[in-house]
Amino acid sequence: MDALIPASEFRWIMPEIILTGFGLLLLIIGALTKGPVASKISGALCIVGSLLGLVFTMNMWGTNLDIFNALYTIDTYGTFFKGLFLIILALVALVSVRYADREEIGGGEYYALLMFGVLGMMVMTSSHHFVTIFIGLEVMSLSIYILCGLLRRDIASVEAALKYFLLGAFATGFLLYGMSMIYGSTGIIDVAELKRYFLMKQPFSATMFIIGLGLLLVGFGFKIASVPFHMWTPDVYQGAPTSITAYMATGVKAAAFGALIRIFFTAFIPFHFGWSEIIWILAVLTMTVGNITALVQRDIKRMLAYSSIAHAGYILVAFITGDRAQASSMLYYLAAYTFMNIGAFTAVIVMQKKGDNGSDLDSFAGLGARYPFIALCMSIFLLSLAGVPPLAGFMGKFYVFSTAVKAQYYWLAIIGFLNSVVAAYYYLRVMMYMYFKEPVGESAAADRAPQYGLVMLICILALLYMGIFPKVFIVMAQKAVGIFG
Amino acid sequence: MTEFSVFGIPILTFLIFFPLLGAVLLLFVKRENTLLIKAGALIFSLFELFASVPLFYKFSNTAKGMQFVEKADWFPDWGIGYYLGIDGISLLLVLLTTFLTVICVLCSWKAIEDKVKEYYITFLFLETAMIGTLCALDLVLFYIFWELMLIPMYLLIGIWGGPNRIYAAIKFFLFTMAGSVLMLVAILYLYFYYYNQSGIYTFNVMELYKASIPIAKQYWLFAAFALSFAIKVPMFPVHTWLPDAHTEAPTAGSVILAGVLLKMGTYGFIRFAIPLFPAAAIDAVPLMSILAVIGIIYGAIVSMMQPDLKRLIAFSSVSHLGYVMLGIFAFNMQGVQGGIYQMLNHGISTGGLFLIVGMIYERRHTRMISDFGGISKVMPIFAVFFMIITLSSIALPGTNGFVGEFLILLGAFKANTVYGVLATTGVILGAVYMLWMFQRVMFGVITKDANRELKDLEGREITILCCMVFFIILMGVYPKMFFNKMDTSVAEYLSLVKNRNAQARMLEQNTGATAKVATEATNTNMTR
Repeated sequence: MDALIPASEFRWIMPEIILTGFGLLLLIIGALTKGPVASKISGALCIVGSLLGLVFTMNMWGTNLDIFNALYTIDTYGTFFKGLFLIILALVALVSVRYADREEIGGGEYYALLMFGVLGMMVMTSSHHFVTIFIGLEVMSLSIYILCGLLRRDIASVEAALKYFLLGAFATGFLLYGMSMIYGSTGIIDVAELKRYFLMKQPFSATMFIIGLGLLLVGFGFKIASVPFHMWTPDVYQGAPTSITAYMATGVKAAAFGALIRIFFTAFIPFHFGWSEIIWILAVLTMTVGNITALVQRDIKRMLAYSSIAHAGYILVAFITGDRAQASSMLYYLAAYTFMNIGAFTAVIVMQKKGDNGSDLDSFAGLGARYPFIALCMSIFLLSLAGVPPLAGFMGKFYVFSTAVKAQYYWLAIIGFLNSVVAAYYYLRVMMYMYFKEPVGESAAADRAPQYGLVMLICILALLYMGIFPKVFIVMAQKAVGIFG
Repeated sequence: MTEFSVFGIPILTFLIFFPLLGAVLLLFVKRENTLLIKAGALIFSLFELFASVPLFYKFSNTAKGMQFVEKADWFPDWGIGYYLGIDGISLLLVLLTTFLTVICVLCSWKAIEDKVKEYYITFLFLETAMIGTLCALDLVLFYIFWELMLIPMYLLIGIWGGPNRIYAAIKFFLFTMAGSVLMLVAILYLYFYYYNQSGIYTFNVMELYKASIPIAKQYWLFAAFALSFAIKVPMFPVHTWLPDAHTEAPTAGSVILAGVLLKMGTYGFIRFAIPLFPAAAIDAVPLMSILAVIGIIYGAIVSMMQPDLKRLIAFSSVSHLGYVMLGIFAFNMQGVQGGIYQMLNHGISTGGLFLIVGMIYERRHTRMISDFGGISKVMPIFAVFFMIITLSSIALPGTNGFVGEFLILLGAFKANTVYGVLATTGVILGAVYMLWMFQRVMFGVITKDANRELKDLEGREITILCCMVFFIILMGVYPKMFFNKMDTSVAEYLSLVKNRNAQARMLEQNTGATAKVATEATNTNMTR
């Protein structure tokens, strides 16, 4: 193997370099300064960095090549995800400019960690080498372990960080163990090469390999929060600072799905009959447990956590089919899910009081009369989450379940759709509180700031655009999954 | 193909999005300026009505197929199109919708005092969704408008409804959504099935009418569609959301719910469920007819015992819609035409009854029959209108209800005498509960002092009721005007259903024969 790396290859990882550079700069700023002004500047730098990265990423659209001796890959699939992560970063940073100040967790290191987290996600989804994927995963996870516990005085936040760290470490262990088992049984540690290997060695069945595959699923199951590996999700989502919850619910999930889809749809399609049956059960459980548990939640953050579990289940429905051309449905769904979730969490942030990390349903009572604009925004996010047309959430569900119907998984589609009826109940309940109920007790004033309004407007426009003119995004997603060929 | 446009916008698109434009404009009106908001909503709905009336005259009575067709690609890769068009059936329903919306705006003038701005925005939004549902000829487009109708109705019941409104609103939403998601699975199945058969991805209904589907598959698909529409109709035994929704909804909500939204269910049967899966629909005739007859009789009997006026009318809807379903499933000219006519009648008569109840509720703040009695003495004008509308609901000859019910029963007798006989008992029961209710409310001595002081109707209310009575009589004495419009469409619909049914049976026989030959061949092989 040629160990030389041409310097010209570095231009393909400009977005990663930009993120690292800005992240380091922010760390230095954080070390030298303190106070709200420094925090605001850091936030602005973070946004600038993410937008700059986005420009470079968009320029790479359409390029497919392996670099650094095939340790790293630039392809439309990875670029799609990179774009998504950078948009998440920009939106979360925009929210944080106000939120992090309010909760006094802002500062250079906060934004630096956000950037490093996204860096990890980007690395994770743009390689078909197990080691690179693993490194990306760790960079992402370590940043988020810290971010979860930033509310040092809030015991729930500390608990969230510890819980996420301990369980996350286990999951990473499973993942690594799975990778090593697969390596042990085949002698290959690159997904693309595994694909060629299986094509030659059909049928291939080694016990060690099957165990490895199972462990891999466990590890990813934890990251995407699928039942039964979802136990951490509600506590961590509820305890973490709300901006970080939005970041995790969208970014981490998308990154984990990105890597999972790439690995399985590249190499493990020959074993589809095996893993699809296991994931069939997992998907049904994930949707059902997520939705039914969400029904009884009174805390909106916790409810959204359970709903995010259910959404992972919906995406798994398309994953099960193993239909590589239709994998675009998952990408589209993840993009739609990102906007509706960030929007919903932003609305939660707006309604939170300083120092209070919870968000009881009662704080939303009578919101329609008190703050019509916030209530309207939240309604749109909730309706999109419930899958009501013409919003992006509907198109996403339509696409995902049509994939299942196309592959003749009728029961799965029916269970999925019925689940979305159950889900409609708890999303509508929030709407019911906002519009049908009178305010309870003395209601706190909403934290109205232009940043939140801007983020919510961007999310709404994206949802409407993706819902009414889905073509642009679907064609992009289809181009992205073209690499599975 | 007829062409017609308003301000250069094709008429159907205009009709769909004009109310939405109104809703958006109302967003920018100051909340305190309620008069401007009301006037704005009225102007928009009136203009919409005037824009829709020419449809009636420009619509060709003899042309086959859809008219005022608009077709544009929306997402061609998936075969989703923006495909609109109306035939004689949807034409009348569109006109009913635009008419009732104006009535609803007028009747809410004083009844709604809280959150006026949101109310009228919701209402205009609802009109967009309703007209869209009636005009859409693309299954995805239809489904989008179909689901879109839920949100404004949910809000109307939930925000401006009665004391138990939250329960009613959520029940309404979940019932309807549960039905429609199953329909979506069936739509997707049909879509991929047709692709495998013809190599074309399309959601175009006219195209999908051509699909030949084995009968065993039709059963499942029909079941999914039928469940969704039956919930909306509502047919017995999935009608339980209706009394709650009707009772809790504000007057205008009840009017539009009874007048238009329920019709979406029966319309869905005619446009989608039956012509797409005719063989299954014809096999389902006994089941659907029995359910319809149960609905007719059960609705009437339960209605009789209701202490609450609105609940009484709600159950009478179950009975009336039972007639519509019976007519549609008679599969002959009289039955189907009667069914469609009855859809319009029910919109006018039951809508009128809800208006009447709303007016008396505004004065007395109660709907309990026992709280009234002897009202005719204090409110003579009100009594006249109430009587006419009640009689039209009972289907007295000379009113619209008679024409519809008569044709339905004629069709039902022709199709199957037993159902005809059973359904006819509903007519008697209908007279019983309506007249008994009328007697208890309007006649006798005044028992409650509060009733002595009631003011009779004012100009606005008389105008509204005059409009309703005008149509009750017009449709009663000159039904030809309306039947002319739907004759061709209904005949075309029936021949489509019959041909496709015969085709499916033939296919079944052929494949059955081939299978039989194959088994016989194996049998002979084995004996050898």
